[in-house]
Amino acid sequence: MYQAIVFFPLLGFLIAGFFGRTIGARASEVVTTSLLFIACFLAWIAFFSVGFGDHDTRVHVMQWIHVGDLKVDWAFRVDTMTVIMLIVVTTVSSLVHLYSIGYMHEDPSRPRFFAYLSLFTFAMLMLVTADNLLQLFFGWEGVGLASYLLIGFWYEKPSANAAAMKAFVVNRVGDFGFMLGIFAIFVMTGSIAFEEVFAAAPSLAGKTIPFLGHHWDAPTVIALLLFVGAMGKSAQFLLHTWLPDAMEGPTPVSALIHAATMVTAGVFMVARMSPIFELSQTALNVVMLIGATTAMFAATVALVQNDIKKVIAYSTCSQLGYMFVAMGAGAYSIGVFHLVTHACFKALLFLCAGSVINAMHHEQDMRNMGGLAKKIPFTYVMMLIGTLAITGFPFLAGYYSKDAIIESAWASKNYFALYGWVMTVAAAALTSFYSWRLIFLTFHGHPHDHHHYEAAHESPKVMTIPLGVLGVGSVIAGFALYNVFVGEGVHDFFRHSIFMGAENHILHEIHEIPLWAKYLPTLMMVLGFVIAYWFYIVDRTVPAALAKSQDALYQFLLNKWYFDELYDRIFVKPALWIGRLLWKRGDGTIIDGFGPNGVSARVLDVTRGVVRLQTGYLYHYAFVMLIGVAAFITWFMFAGV
Amino acid sequence: MTQLLPPIGAVLPELVLAISAIVLILIGAVRGEGSANLVTGLAIAVLAAVGVLVLLQPAVEVTAFNGSLVVDAYSRFMKLLAVLGAVVSLIMAVDWQAREKQAKFEYAVLVVIATLGMCMLISAGDLIALYLGLELMSLSLYVVAAINRDSIRSTEAGLKYFVLGALSSGMLLYGASFIYGFTGSVNFLQIAAVAKEPSFGLIFGIVFLLAGLCFKVSAVPFHMWTPDVYEGAPTPVTAFFASAPKVAAMAIFVRVVIEAFPHVTHQWQQIVAFVSLASMVLGAFAAIGQRNIKRLLAYSSIGHMGFALVGLAAGTPEGVRGVLLYMSIYVVMTLGTFACVLTMRRKGQAVETIEDLSGLARRNPVMALALGALMFSLAGIPPLAGFLAKYYVFVAAIQAGLYGLAVVGVLASVVGAFYYLRVVKIMYFDEPVDDFDPMPTELKAVLAVSGLFTIFYFVYPAPLIEAAGAAARSLF
Repeated sequence: MYQAIVFFPLLGFLIAGFFGRTIGARASEVVTTSLLFIACFLAWIAFFSVGFGDHDTRVHVMQWIHVGDLKVDWAFRVDTMTVIMLIVVTTVSSLVHLYSIGYMHEDPSRPRFFAYLSLFTFAMLMLVTADNLLQLFFGWEGVGLASYLLIGFWYEKPSANAAAMKAFVVNRVGDFGFMLGIFAIFVMTGSIAFEEVFAAAPSLAGKTIPFLGHHWDAPTVIALLLFVGAMGKSAQFLLHTWLPDAMEGPTPVSALIHAATMVTAGVFMVARMSPIFELSQTALNVVMLIGATTAMFAATVALVQNDIKKVIAYSTCSQLGYMFVAMGAGAYSIGVFHLVTHACFKALLFLCAGSVINAMHHEQDMRNMGGLAKKIPFTYVMMLIGTLAITGFPFLAGYYSKDAIIESAWASKNYFALYGWVMTVAAAALTSFYSWRLIFLTFHGHPHDHHHYEAAHESPKVMTIPLGVLGVGSVIAGFALYNVFVGEGVHDFFRHSIFMGAENHILHEIHEIPLWAKYLPTLMMVLGFVIAYWFYIVDRTVPAALAKSQDALYQFLLNKWYFDELYDRIFVKPALWIGRLLWKRGDGTIIDGFGPNGVSARVLDVTRGVVRLQTGYLYHYAFVMLIGVAAFITWFMFAGV
Repeated sequence: MTQLLPPIGAVLPELVLAISAIVLILIGAVRGEGSANLVTGLAIAVLAAVGVLVLLQPAVEVTAFNGSLVVDAYSRFMKLLAVLGAVVSLIMAVDWQAREKQAKFEYAVLVVIATLGMCMLISAGDLIALYLGLELMSLSLYVVAAINRDSIRSTEAGLKYFVLGALSSGMLLYGASFIYGFTGSVNFLQIAAVAKEPSFGLIFGIVFLLAGLCFKVSAVPFHMWTPDVYEGAPTPVTAFFASAPKVAAMAIFVRVVIEAFPHVTHQWQQIVAFVSLASMVLGAFAAIGQRNIKRLLAYSSIGHMGFALVGLAAGTPEGVRGVLLYMSIYVVMTLGTFACVLTMRRKGQAVETIEDLSGLARRNPVMALALGALMFSLAGIPPLAGFLAKYYVFVAAIQAGLYGLAVVGVLASVVGAFYYLRVVKIMYFDEPVDDFDPMPTELKAVLAVSGLFTIFYFVYPAPLIEAAGAAARSLF
């Protein structure tokens, strides 16, 4: 069964990828989508069987690498963490496949698109079923590749190519840290198989790694290196710049990869590696700090963006920050809880945005929209549900998971606990504001582009059905899963798939926080809504006036804290400069000049000289002969006989 | 019988050649201009017969005329090679003469006389015989270079060759007189017996003697005549020049230094090493600048003589064996290449630039393949024959401690590879031009044999290596 779950998407990829042209676009769509739905169905069976039936297992696929001390098998580690990710990935992926049939119906390269989608799904499943770090890394790079291919799917667009490369390059930075982390684990424990690494983890406490004449605490170094990898993949503060640009890809891709699944791989990895993170409070402090900063930073940027997808992208970034706050607090199950609910409502929001874009004929600027609620009522209702869920409206998905994170930040003993709490609470208000701003600008008010407005129409069934399914998920996921992720059922549900140290009682402590702190996030949500309502429904002149009066701040946010410009100055320009130097001077002038080109030029010079000797005059020839004899005689006269 | 008349048995090939030459002249004189084909055919038959006679000579060493002529394994090997070059180039001339309306019976006669000179040269056991053979060969060559006497280029080539050849002969004689003066003998073995210590006079003589011989093998810096004569002379003559006389001159070069000067090896080694090095380098560099394929092959042959001399510079039996193998493979490759050059003819007009080969692979893939193989072989690409030829001489040089020479040789062959490969590139990648005229059967045969030998030599090299080894040992 597990083989089927993992390999059906691969099969779909192979069929659509290699025979897509032969069998045609429609067949490619049908094959990949049906295979995904089968995998999804099996994943749900697995979820109930493992999650509630205690059927943890290890599925051996094949022996992979046996070199010296390094023994790596290809196997599926099936435990609660795995099955949670399985259902998230396969469900969202199958819905996105279905949705794409409608969304991409005008695109000539649909077989390629569906092949990539299935390839991504396979890689993501490899990642979540990994039994060892190498396999995890394989999936990690595989999703990176698929992400690259899909961001640059419309390769005729230079901006899409640039975004694809940016995603790849920024992720390399994280991957480098991740690789170093894997190496460090192998050095310290002699294995990269999870079973053995986790068994050896307690003995790592107090050990050190010597580097540059200093002995560094081993668990801290390993955890931080791994976290660098997670930061890259999950677009955390400093390594986040690729995610907004990744919106160049088709919208279903944004929903699947850049909202629901791939970007949460970092969160998954930290939760998976919890036995190591638990050993280092320093690492957890850093995780909390980065997570909280990201949550706040991304929310502020989202306030002023005008591109509908960019808003949701920054929102994703911010929500990922929330998840890392939970990780930093040691509440791994809560972070994963938010991962699941977020997958629901964020995929919903993206797919709704796709529906809006579809209705508006690929218009993405919210300032040109407005009043669409009447035109596309179903999309409107679904987007409303998504918004209510993300802002934490009571009893919807986000209400349970996000509030649990904020509570865990309050209750945590983390050094940055207070900072994390303040940031997440403030970000909750901002989240509410930008989410409602999106709704009001898009669906309410007066249409700004009558031509597009008149032509706007509701999307076809293949697109609205996935919206409906995700809408239901966004409503019920919270209270359905609360008990097993946050409440009393956590221990029985997760068992050994996450590890919490003996001192870690966070799951109990969050129930003992003061009442005002418990209700503050909800209050914040209301506050954000009220301000948004005032700004965009009651008096639409206020935002412009505010932007004018606070121009510096507005520009700062609009330009995303100038991160791109900063990185351009610090990294890109010098790198290009060095590259150009090595290219023009190093390779061109020095290597080519003295190497191939130089040699061949000298050869031609010599040739020219030699050929010039051949004058055709007899006396020159005779002269050369005599010179030759004279030279020999002279040589023997002076060198001695 | 053999005891009574050893000289007759030993010099039988030379006798046959001499008598045949006279007979052929008479036939030509009696029957007039129309006898060209008959005389040429007879000459080919005579040369082939001489080749058989050489092959049938006993393997033991025989001297005749008081040591003036030596018949041994070495002379047999080299004579066979020289006769092979002569007969094949004569065969290749038949069609050319017909097409150019240059059918002259004198050409065949001169080739026979030149071959007689070569055989005497190869067998020479003293300086007198050496000079006689050399001059007999050279005088014939001067005439055949200018055989196309209506052509300014041909006559210019003949004249240049004659004047410079006379100069070189003068040098050679001058050196010979010095050697005689300092050793009191003209016989190689007696010279060797006397010249136990290097003296300046002896070295002086050796320098001049070797200058004359270097001229004949066209080694730098006595090579200047080569490109002009190769280009100016009619193409079959050039093919002849590039094969047989080179073999003969190289043969006597090796015999003189090995037999007559074994105790001053260190001294003549320096000369040979320098000449060889200069030839390899100049051959490689100068050929790059050539557009005319005959000039290109002239520089190519200069370079190849340099490579062959690498083996001689080693001064060991392995080195000499390397020279013999090199010359054998060189002759086969050269004859095959000239078969292609002779085919380069459009609407009855001979063309000579390498651009005329453009796109040959598409018009005549078999010829392009054969010529391509020959070019790769000349460049020394494994596993073709040309590579093994270089391999033998370089190994000998390294065993003799001449590392510098071997390294320069390898580098020069890298540079040289450029112009050989350029020919291949032009044939295979450039746009085709018009077809060549159809290729005569005999040229096809020569090209096929040469190409197959070049490609498949590495499969079964033992017979040639053993023969060359035996020949080389007979000198020491």
